[in-house]
Amino acid sequence: MTYNSIDELQQALRSQLYVADRGLATAIFLALKLGRPLFLEGEAGVGKTEVAKVITQLLDTDLIRLQCYEGLDVHHAVYEWNYTRQMLHIRLLEARGEHAAEAELFGPEFLLRRPLLQAIENTRDRPRVLLVDEVDRSDDEFEAFLLEVLSDFQITIPEIGTLKAERPPFVVVTSNRTREVHDALKRRCLYYWIDYPTFEKELEIVRAKVPHAPAQLARQITGFIQELRQADLYKIPGVAETLDWTAALVALDQQALEPSIVDETLGVILKYQDDVQKVKGEHVKAILDRIRVGS
Amino acid sequence: MNSTETSSGQFLHNLILFGRLLRGLGLDVNPGRMMDLVHALRFVEIGNKSDFYHTVRSLLVHRHEDVPLFDQAFDMFWQKPMEGWTTLDLSVFGGKRRVRRARITPPPVREEAAPPEDNQAGSPPADQPPVLQVTLTYSDREILRHKDFADLTGDELAAIKHLMANLVWRLGERRTRRRKPGPGEGVDLRRTLRRNFKYGGEVLEWAHREPKFKPRPLVILADVSGSMERYTRLLLHFLYSLAEGLDQVVETFLFSTRLTRITRQLRGRDADQALRKVSRAVSDWSGGTRIGEALKTFNFGWGRRVLGRGAVVLLISDGWDCGDVSLLHEEMARLQRNCYRLVWLNPLLGSPGYEPLTRGMQTALPFVDDFLPIHSLSSLEDLAEHLVRLDERRLARRQRRAIAA
Repeated sequence: MTYNSIDELQQALRSQLYVADRGLATAIFLALKLGRPLFLEGEAGVGKTEVAKVITQLLDTDLIRLQCYEGLDVHHAVYEWNYTRQMLHIRLLEARGEHAAEAELFGPEFLLRRPLLQAIENTRDRPRVLLVDEVDRSDDEFEAFLLEVLSDFQITIPEIGTLKAERPPFVVVTSNRTREVHDALKRRCLYYWIDYPTFEKELEIVRAKVPHAPAQLARQITGFIQELRQADLYKIPGVAETLDWTAALVALDQQALEPSIVDETLGVILKYQDDVQKVKGEHVKAILDRIRVGS
Repeated sequence: MNSTETSSGQFLHNLILFGRLLRGLGLDVNPGRMMDLVHALRFVEIGNKSDFYHTVRSLLVHRHEDVPLFDQAFDMFWQKPMEGWTTLDLSVFGGKRRVRRARITPPPVREEAAPPEDNQAGSPPADQPPVLQVTLTYSDREILRHKDFADLTGDELAAIKHLMANLVWRLGERRTRRRKPGPGEGVDLRRTLRRNFKYGGEVLEWAHREPKFKPRPLVILADVSGSMERYTRLLLHFLYSLAEGLDQVVETFLFSTRLTRITRQLRGRDADQALRKVSRAVSDWSGGTRIGEALKTFNFGWGRRVLGRGAVVLLISDGWDCGDVSLLHEEMARLQRNCYRLVWLNPLLGSPGYEPLTRGMQTALPFVDDFLPIHSLSSLEDLAEHLVRLDERRLARRQRRAIAA
């Protein structure tokens, strides 16, 4: 499916319950048009990974996800030979008195395809979406390797040769900035920093994602979180936390925010004890008073 | 689209000027990116300013820090009528840089014989110390090694700087999650299979893999407040020699009332040039000390980004703190939790009879893994040795005090 304008794409994203800024929509639109990877940075829980999932829906294709971690190597990211099968094959041939040819042993049937290879070796008629999640968790070695794959969309396996993608995947790379990702990698990509949403946008997200939440509750939750982001916290709650909290309060049959219930459920939105201590009690009351005046 | 066809020459011209402007401001813009941009703009309605803005931004900016500067440049450039623009007009931006800070003079040179200006104008400054060193006898050098940095004369200072540059720095290693071929415990199946082909499916020789070791990341937080002034100049040289001497990135921050990251400024082959850049970047030389606040800025803004992978933190300060004690307590605790090892280097610890009695020091000490002096060359040598020994195993976290040699 192709989109001819940014408006059209933004509408489509909205239809998949993803509320995107104009800027983000532009970046996605261009990434699709130019066939460039999209590099998304931002604090945890602002919907970076979600972008890849939504685009997968829009393109009606498969999502291939590569979760990065330290020490991620070629065998886990690209391919691995199926050693047990190879061994068994040799044994089998030996038993029959035959000798195994090398080319036979390193054929496609003995190849275990890991995410990057799956993304490159696409036999379907439409490109897939490749999500390289939390690239900042990987190490320099993997980053260098990824750079190579993303620039040419080809992978070399010594025993087989070079495989080039006929239909390069649409690549989304995300980073939480727990480490500076090398500029060379970012340079290959379209870069977009996803910020915390404004009140209106966040409310729209809450309504879209938790449609059965009472309207008043949704407004109050959004207002509360927006205020909380201004507070002096070590870890500011993201949109993911807003949604979790909304779901939690709906499950508790709440119609509106009350100081006691907020205190009891703070653990859903704040993940550091210092932060919980700081906010609990007085601070919660103060915020509630402020948002009541507003609404 | 039509409008771009007619005046595309003019538009392209402006676009290239804009690219040049951004490059002048320190953004990473190159001709390749500009070509991508021209290509990308074919898909976008240029008349829609917001779309145009996001298109340009997503292609030309790839660091979050650069966005505000880009915004300013964008507004300025694309609002004015374009006809009159020449590259000369871009000098409006002359004073602006990617990192914009007030120009402040470097910390005062104390007891230094030759002012730095002479050094720059004359022969390369590197020539001077070796000559001096020849004149140093062994015993001279021994005295120099133990002399407090604060009591050095100009000649000695130059000699010390030279000796400092010769110190060998290496950091304790950390076992990474990555493996490489070697006589380790893990089996390398790929190589095992290759080796045992010839035996017809019988595994006779095993190939192994072992973990790869890498030096731990190093983060330095150095106090350049008024009370540290006597040490500041040499401290900067120390920071530079450390950043240069280690073949890994060292994240360096200075603080007195505010925290300034100087990692980028410290890079470069020329020490004097690097230090000049540093002195321009820091706006509060010899100010008051608010260690707690500086640590908070660090913990909140940088901790998550630079303290990964078992980092070692060197905190260099005399512990004279005029900030909030409870804040210091809280932030020291947080800092220690987030790093592998927290080393406090105190220049006063070298003076005989020093007791860490100041309020700040008392508050911070329980959270310090190693408390070491940093007042003379010999203490730096001890530090170098200490850093190498930071191995896999860390002692239980409690206060330990190393007594100065």
